[in-house]
Amino acid sequence: MELFINLISGTMLAVGSLLLLIGGVGLIRFPDFYSRIQAAGITDSLCSILILVGLMLQADTIPVAAKLLFTLLFLLFTAPTASHALAKAARHSKLDPWQPGKGGASSKR
Amino acid sequence: MEFAFIGAALAILVTMGLALVRAFIGPDTYDRILAVNVFGTKTVLIIAVIGFIVGRPEFIDIAIVYALINFIGIVAVLKFFEYGSFAGQSTDKHEGEDS
Repeated sequence: MELFINLISGTMLAVGSLLLLIGGVGLIRFPDFYSRIQAAGITDSLCSILILVGLMLQADTIPVAAKLLFTLLFLLFTAPTASHALAKAARHSKLDPWQPGKGGASSKR
Repeated sequence: MEFAFIGAALAILVTMGLALVRAFIGPDTYDRILAVNVFGTKTVLIIAVIGFIVGRPEFIDIAIVYALINFIGIVAVLKFFEYGSFAGQSTDKHEGEDS
């Protein structure tokens, strides 16, 4: 049983770390702000779920697991709110999306 | 199990470094705000993981407080850069957004 819980937790942590690295590389490589916010959204939502649930399976006592669950719920409520406010602010300030050929708001890597 | 924790901590640190690179080279203000938001969320995660590595899971309280402060700060900075002040939307300069 201990081995089973360790296996599930380690798998969750490994997949979460992989998604983290994918999101970080996407944050560098994408050409536009509106596509970068999608890469950041991946790391904010699914990656937080996987890593915090993987830690929750390793918790010894009930209060630690409850605190981890509260952190996870708070992140799940606030990360989409922050992303939405960020995209709305960018649209409000007339930031142009990237278009192939025109350049637009492309980044100088 | 220590190995998985340390691997996750290393991945979080690499992602935080990439977010800092984006915050340095970001051509626009919103890119920098996005990178700082990602950095804050990853700070919450790495505080939790370090608490499990060291063997003191009480670090999660600090992670909760950091998540609260990070969200409030991001929304405040966004309102400042969107409307020019912390007061919100002025009624005459912008077209109305019924939100």
